[in-house]
Amino acid sequence: MKKILLASAATALVAGAVSAQDADPVRIGIILGFTGPLESITPAMAAGAELAIAEVNEAGGLLEGRMVEPVRADSTCIDSAAATAAAERLVTTDGVAAIMGADCSGVTGAILQNVARPNGVLMISPSATSPGLTDAEDDNLFFRTAPSDARQGVVMAEVLQERGITEVALTYTNNDYGQGLADAFTAAFEETGGTVTISASHEDGKADYSAEVGALASAGGEMLVVAGYTDQGGKGIIQNALDVGAFDAFFLPDGMVGQVIVDELGSGLETSVGTLPGTDSAGAETFQGLATEAGFDGTGAYAGESYDAAALMMLGMAAAGSTDSAAVSATIMDLANAPGEEILPGQLGRALELIAAGEDIDYVGATAVELIEGGESAGNFREVEFTDGSIETVNFR
Amino acid sequence: MELLNALVALANYVVIPAVAYGSQLALGALGVTLVYGILRFSNFAHGDTMAFGTTIAIFFTWAFQGLGVTLGPLPTALLALPLGIAGCALFVLGTDKVIYRFYRRQRAAPVILVIVSMGVMFVMNGVVRFMIGVDDQNFADGARFVIDARSFRDATGLDEPLVLRLPTLITLVTAAIAVALLFWFLNRTRTGKSMRAFSDNEDLALLSGINPERVVMVTWIIVAALATTAGVLYGLEKSFKPFVYFQLLLPIFASAIVGGLGNPVGAVVGGFVIAFSEVGITYAWKKVLEYLAPTEALEPSGLVQLLSTDYKFAVSFAILILVLLFRPTGLFKGQSV
Repeated sequence: MKKILLASAATALVAGAVSAQDADPVRIGIILGFTGPLESITPAMAAGAELAIAEVNEAGGLLEGRMVEPVRADSTCIDSAAATAAAERLVTTDGVAAIMGADCSGVTGAILQNVARPNGVLMISPSATSPGLTDAEDDNLFFRTAPSDARQGVVMAEVLQERGITEVALTYTNNDYGQGLADAFTAAFEETGGTVTISASHEDGKADYSAEVGALASAGGEMLVVAGYTDQGGKGIIQNALDVGAFDAFFLPDGMVGQVIVDELGSGLETSVGTLPGTDSAGAETFQGLATEAGFDGTGAYAGESYDAAALMMLGMAAAGSTDSAAVSATIMDLANAPGEEILPGQLGRALELIAAGEDIDYVGATAVELIEGGESAGNFREVEFTDGSIETVNFR
Repeated sequence: MELLNALVALANYVVIPAVAYGSQLALGALGVTLVYGILRFSNFAHGDTMAFGTTIAIFFTWAFQGLGVTLGPLPTALLALPLGIAGCALFVLGTDKVIYRFYRRQRAAPVILVIVSMGVMFVMNGVVRFMIGVDDQNFADGARFVIDARSFRDATGLDEPLVLRLPTLITLVTAAIAVALLFWFLNRTRTGKSMRAFSDNEDLALLSGINPERVVMVTWIIVAALATTAGVLYGLEKSFKPFVYFQLLLPIFASAIVGGLGNPVGAVVGGFVIAFSEVGITYAWKKVLEYLAPTEALEPSGLVQLLSTDYKFAVSFAILILVLLFRPTGLFKGQSV
């Protein structure tokens, strides 16, 4: 009798738990480097993702009225062990249905292999750009709304070629991102007939870069390409190179473009040029409007990509009719690409309606998302210059 | 013209950075060598002593800047330096009173004191981070350049620029003054002589009536002054970050040991040997050799770089090991380790 009582009590509990879960919000993990080398751009990225979530909630939520709830976690950008632990916590304790992140390529790879794949959780990174992630084993669970650096390398080579620059020195931050971008750029630049006089890595977080700059200056070149981070060694190298008069023109790829560096180096960057992901599609402007309304800077690097990453995973859940990652992953490519009605930022409610009606959509979003094979963005870039202390877009590619 | 260009390039990228770095290392190594000579242990907390003194100096710099007190073109940090030294001296004297004195009275073996100093290092590490945080701090103000690249090119018509930054010049001048003062003190004053006597033979010094506690106290004050000066100069010329100061421990110890532990002249020479090796071995000599080569055919095609700059710290290690293997007492006669 006692056993039966216990068993029925347990059954009731389980049943209760199940029904409670249905009413539970859908949790989405937002894992970005809130501390570490990217700490100055991650707040806008998280705000971008949360903007998309707020929009879906306003439209009535997902899967018959379940609200979506963001859970933030710190990837640190550089410490794979800490990032893995944080992601593990998101999946096991917070029970997130999908992970928006991570930001830096190294920790993204670590989370993918140690947490996302073992637990079968969908992961969309807004900013991991290492070419190495294209071929990583991902059980079809990993996507990114940022293009691979293989694409940025080609764009950088094009920009330099158009400006008639044939000889550059190259320094990169000693990690997955820096190495990947440096390799991609060197290959693309040499294909267009350019010469890379030296390709030297630098360590972040040092006080003194005079030895590094000495070697770069000795190798020479018309421009110095700095594939590093705004808050770290990249800035130190440029500062030192300007101080000793080694170079006066620099090429700043995505990790280096930020208002901070323009403020600190000022006129030193007048003759420099940079590239970062961006598009002139209508979506970008709409997104910036929405961001300003929400009170954050929509022009920040990867803020739009973060919005798109979060939006895509929620639309995927709606299309799959569940939060099961395997089912959701299968819908992502179709949602992101043509055919279907184009969806811009601010139209997530409309997208959910169309999905509910069983119609095709083509998610364009803030960054003109177009996913290619390997589940990564085809890549739109803007070319920027740094005149009068601001970042000015001069061209789209 | 070609020769001049070669010399200017060499001066700009090797000599000036190495001399500045060398003087910072020399000041650091002098502190290590004094502790070793007089207190008879290797002080692992030295890097963090530098960081602590610099932290105090930075706080006073900010206070002065806030009050609008500056030195015109000179960095305000110079004004804060004596206060930083005082704060650092109080802190190390306190450490000595609370920690080292206990072990000294026990006549603890040097190896125990080394481990104790590691403990002190970790505590100071934490104290510094607690006070100022882990990030880069920029406290340099005043003029930036004595000679800048553009005006040098315009004035001389050379292709190569020569740059002398004001903090670099201040580093050289201050380091020279500090070293001169120290040597004058050690060789000419009564207290200095009693310190040297204590270092040479402790028992004999005690017999001749030298007060050991006084010698120890003066040593710590001088060490605090040297460490804070080295730290502030490094921070002014490069930048301040607690972790970087901790890492400086290796080249500083290498300098002291290469020169001969316990020997002040050796510490200064050792500092410059390490600095020039680090910069010279990782420099790409291509440009200088191109200027010097008489014909195009002789110009180097590669970078002529012995080691990539990633291996900068490995250079100090390598020199350290070579010296310990072949000349354990260092270039100048110090104590063997």
